[in-house]
Amino acid sequence: MSLLSAERAPSAAGSPAEPVLRSEGLHMRFGGVVALDGVDIDVPEGGILGLIGPNGSGKSTWVNCASGILRPTSGRITFHGRDVTGWAPHRMYRLGLGRTFQRLENFPDMSLLDNMLLSVQESQGSLASRLFRHTEHAERDRALSLLEFMGIAALKSERAGSLSYGQQKLADLAMALMANPKVVILDEPMAGVNPALIEQLVDRITELNANGTTFLIIEHNLDVVMELCGRLVVLDHGTKIAEGPPDEIQANEDVLEAYFGR
Amino acid sequence: MRDAHGAGSDHGQLGDAVPDRAPAAPLAGSALDALPASRSPRARAARPAGGWWKATLGLAVFWLLAASPAFLNVGSYWLYLATLTLVYVLAAAGLNVILGYAGQISLAQGAFMGIGGYTVAILVAQHGWPMLAALAAGGFVGFGLGLLVGIPALRMNTHYLAMMTLGVEVVYLAVVTNQGGLTGGARGMSVPVGLRIGPLHLTSGFAYELFVAVVVTLVLGGLVFILRSPWGRAFKGIRENETRAAMLGVNIRAYKLMAFAIGCSVAAIGGGMITPLLGFVDPDTFGLGLSFQLLLMVVVGGRGRFEGAILGALLVTLLPQFLQATQNVYLLVFAALTILLLMYMPRGMVALLDWLWLKILRRPVPELTK
Repeated sequence: MSLLSAERAPSAAGSPAEPVLRSEGLHMRFGGVVALDGVDIDVPEGGILGLIGPNGSGKSTWVNCASGILRPTSGRITFHGRDVTGWAPHRMYRLGLGRTFQRLENFPDMSLLDNMLLSVQESQGSLASRLFRHTEHAERDRALSLLEFMGIAALKSERAGSLSYGQQKLADLAMALMANPKVVILDEPMAGVNPALIEQLVDRITELNANGTTFLIIEHNLDVVMELCGRLVVLDHGTKIAEGPPDEIQANEDVLEAYFGR
Repeated sequence: MRDAHGAGSDHGQLGDAVPDRAPAAPLAGSALDALPASRSPRARAARPAGGWWKATLGLAVFWLLAASPAFLNVGSYWLYLATLTLVYVLAAAGLNVILGYAGQISLAQGAFMGIGGYTVAILVAQHGWPMLAALAAGGFVGFGLGLLVGIPALRMNTHYLAMMTLGVEVVYLAVVTNQGGLTGGARGMSVPVGLRIGPLHLTSGFAYELFVAVVVTLVLGGLVFILRSPWGRAFKGIRENETRAAMLGVNIRAYKLMAFAIGCSVAAIGGGMITPLLGFVDPDTFGLGLSFQLLLMVVVGGRGRFEGAILGALLVTLLPQFLQATQNVYLLVFAALTILLLMYMPRGMVALLDWLWLKILRRPVPELTK
């Protein structure tokens, strides 16, 4: 069964906690603002890592650096041990990094199905070969099964922009999964989503993870974070202030201070 | 198909096999493995209802109009105008790829028509090339120069890109005016009228118009092929959301370049057919105004819709002819009509066409003004 990307080539090093994505001493400054100040994060293979922290602590900046949208000022990003610092987003995607964005980011004037197909078309073949690839049965089948999995298959011909917010959130995740990524980064997947749908999203993520997909989740909904994540990293003012299992983090003084002040 | 997605996936098994599953039912691996393999029916690959009908109907209307001088007694001026309109249809369709599909603005489309026009003029008049070969060469030169210009220009966006392409237009005018040895300079150069293919000598207005119609049909067919391929989807993805497209593996720069170069190449082919029509080319033949006119065609017709640019080209070339009854205020009337159209039909003329089509099919019609 592979819709959920079960079969991974076992990593050469073999250790289950081997970091698939890692940042070392990541610095990012925008003019005089230091958004990230030497952040080391290991995203363990096969796990669900939560990245939390107050607003403006640098979470999204870290994700943008890791996914190639921003080039870090200094520091290193590695993917399966390979230095990928400053790689363009489309190359990161081909390595197996999928992500969603904090705001809704889709292609509003294209059909939901076309949104899905665009999400996978670049994962194979060359630019020239894509000009002659007019039938995409396998891709269509996969898109429809993923939409089915998310419970929005009936909307496949609708304009993506005309879907409800929650439906677009589900579509967002489905799009990120189209190309069978090894690592999926979700930037606030639950923000603005109703409780019933949150449950559905949590179920989907758990199930995908059980089938071998690694997740990194930025989320403010702490119930969700505690439920999903095996491990948390806390950022504040661009530095990592804590890391550990959720219950430990919940009791951590520094974290409480960062969130609530003293 | 099995390995289509790398990682040895065999998701094709899912397909239609699970149509009546409850929407949010969990996807248990073992249960799905047991499902029979099924392929989705080919019909599902079809575009929204009526796509082929519309295309066939469009092609029929196009050729009925193109061949109408055979049974209508029109003067040579109308033949000339029809030929020119066909060329504009082509150039506007090219710009539509850049502007409407890939979402990049270009004010150099007139210059690229000129590049094609001069390439044909120089190769035919000075080097004795056959017209068809020269026309093909014009297309290649347009493509190559489009790439060359696009590499630096497409690093910019929106109004910066507009200014950059405007600069290209100015450079083009400077080059053709000042390189007198090659282009005849400001006085221009004359070109044999019409077309010779072997023993065939198509100099009559109607024969040449038919030739242009054939070329336009073929090139538009090529554009349809490109836009229906995954490239077309990538172009639209860049237009709709560049960052997300990049994050889904779309090589933004490569696709932008391709869209730009294809648009330029098509413009050059169009321009290449104008010089034998006029028998003459000078810097004014493809001026700055032409670039804006082409932009108007795409916007008025409906950007991002294939039939949009075609409608726009028809409207912008032919409407002023019908407005000549208003004599010296015709430009004013034309401008007012254009503004009204854009205010009340921002999606362009295609909105009207869609509305009519849905009326014919007796489907619910959307509002025209949105």
